[in-house]
Amino acid sequence: MDLLEYQGKQLFARHGVPVPSGAPATTVEEAVAAADEIGYPCVIKAQVQIGGRGKAGGIKVANDRPEAEEHAKAILGMDIRGHTVHEVWVEAASDIASEYYASIVFDRSAKRPLVMLSTQGGMDIEEVAERDPDAIARLHVDPLLGFQDFHARRLAFEAAVDADVVRPVGALLNRLYDAFTAEEAMLVEVNPLIVTGDRQVMALDAKVTLDDSSLFRHADNAALRKTEAEDPQERMARERGLTYVKLDGNVGILGNGAGLVMSTLDVVAQAGGSPANFLDAGGGSKAEAITQAVEVILSNENVTAVLFNIFGGITRCDEVAKGLIEAFRQIEPDVPFVVRLDGTNDKEGRALLAEAELPNVHTEATMLDAARRVVELAG
Amino acid sequence: MSILVDNDTRLCVSGITGREGTFHTLNNKGYGTNVVSGVTPGKGGQDVEGIPVFNTFHDAVAATGANTAMIFVPPRFAADSILEAEDAGIELIVAITEGIPAHDELRVYNHLSHNDRVRLVGPNCPGILSPGKANVGIIPAAFFSAGNVGVVSRSGTLTYQIGNELAQRGFGNSTIVGIGGDPVPGSSFIDILALFQEDEETELIVMAGEIGGSAEEEAAEFIAEGVTKPVVAYIAGFTAPPGKTMGHAGAIVSGTAGTAVAKQEALEARGVRVGRTPTEVAEIAAEIAGSLAR
Repeated sequence: MDLLEYQGKQLFARHGVPVPSGAPATTVEEAVAAADEIGYPCVIKAQVQIGGRGKAGGIKVANDRPEAEEHAKAILGMDIRGHTVHEVWVEAASDIASEYYASIVFDRSAKRPLVMLSTQGGMDIEEVAERDPDAIARLHVDPLLGFQDFHARRLAFEAAVDADVVRPVGALLNRLYDAFTAEEAMLVEVNPLIVTGDRQVMALDAKVTLDDSSLFRHADNAALRKTEAEDPQERMARERGLTYVKLDGNVGILGNGAGLVMSTLDVVAQAGGSPANFLDAGGGSKAEAITQAVEVILSNENVTAVLFNIFGGITRCDEVAKGLIEAFRQIEPDVPFVVRLDGTNDKEGRALLAEAELPNVHTEATMLDAARRVVELAG
Repeated sequence: MSILVDNDTRLCVSGITGREGTFHTLNNKGYGTNVVSGVTPGKGGQDVEGIPVFNTFHDAVAATGANTAMIFVPPRFAADSILEAEDAGIELIVAITEGIPAHDELRVYNHLSHNDRVRLVGPNCPGILSPGKANVGIIPAAFFSAGNVGVVSRSGTLTYQIGNELAQRGFGNSTIVGIGGDPVPGSSFIDILALFQEDEETELIVMAGEIGGSAEEEAAEFIAEGVTKPVVAYIAGFTAPPGKTMGHAGAIVSGTAGTAVAKQEALEARGVRVGRTPTEVAEIAAEIAGSLAR
């Protein structure tokens, strides 16, 4: 789960990472009240989960109350590359002397957290990495040992931060590591990490990705999810415990097991079709889950045909067939279905479907034939 | 021969008294796996259809000589159970549990790396099947027979699909290993490829990868340097959009890293043939097996 900038800053603040003072606002009135409280000049920042907010006009400095009102009006409700701004963060303007970069990444390849520090902050770090890889100091941390003061010193000296801020930058990294482990993040990124005119060090931005699998023990973090920013179909699926990702095409897809579903999308694409979604009904799905999955798939209006591709291991094909039959009874879909059932109880499943004589349901014996057929029917 | 599980396997199941745990334990036992014990804290002294249950792994190992553990407990207890099994001297730990927090997996991996006698397979994996010998996990064994193709995969059902296509062309398997779809798998493609390379029965290796991470690229490098047996690969997720997790916690394209195209190119650049569909993988395998026979 990705956090908004201000949620990330509030999380940082809980772990002692210095951040500018600020307040969130969802209306112009709230934003102006917050600006009055914080004082001028202040910055009004659009809260959306996409980069390039500044270029899109989503970050503005207000020098007085009328400017705060003007900017809040302009930013709230604006569209930034497909993301509507529902919320702004009003923050005290900072006096920036230097812009650094700091991040901690869950490095899957090394199986260790990777801490990075650079004095070339404020721009796209991937560009820096390409142009001048030596400008980024990197260090892997043994998670059983944790982040030590010497780690911080090594990074600060290697990145060549200004001598007078070696200590506060190190302290910030230390607290950032605390936040990374305590909140079970996959990524914490500060760009820019600033040094102010009076030599204070603070996080001017915050990008935080939390591990979805850990949210059961972080109820406060789980509550940060902004459901209005979520796609309605994806929300519907999540609430029903289904793994669903919406895509741009018109072929609805249901399968069991993430790898097989990904493979099904690929095979449909190779057959000339365009998948409308990824939906993994999971292992051992019962009929009811299948019925709900059909509802989710058909709630996307772009869908013109649906493919069921099941290889039953712990999933039983007769349960899948029952779920589909029940879905037809409840929803009466008006698009064609292609069904391929193999594996546990496949004969029983196919027999149930044959007996039910559902309108516009076609069975195919193999994954490839099923993909070709559904592409034909989807038009 | 086969790898990891065979007639010497003595299995102890953590979470044996849960609904799923009981079901799959009995399934494994019915297949012929030597299931010697189970662990459920507080239920020591009970049994599951004759399989004795213990409070701790230490008790189970002492009383029944278990050398392999299968982890079937819910995510919040799974890391602890893996660490307990290792502490009790278990040599092979197969973790089926899906949804273990990534930081738990990180701690477990780094701790286990200090003990070179233990191997973890999974988590979030379907387990390991050596047809005709032992089945540890949830792989539907009925679709597979003994033979000379080793299979290693990040995905369960995709393994069944590919395995079935191979079976239809007359192939059996030495061992099928699901390494799981999580960000920090206990065993990588490389670990399992090395075992297949050493295994006399395995003549051909099929590896099924997917988007996310760099395990396939690392495997490509390893194959070029140290695997002399033919390897056929498959990669799932060519149509996956960046930034979206495709079902498995580990299956996500972030930025330009972890795409299916990059993985395919890395493998092909080192001479590994990559099938574009599960069917094509089986066709390539058949072609290679034909030339091996001559």
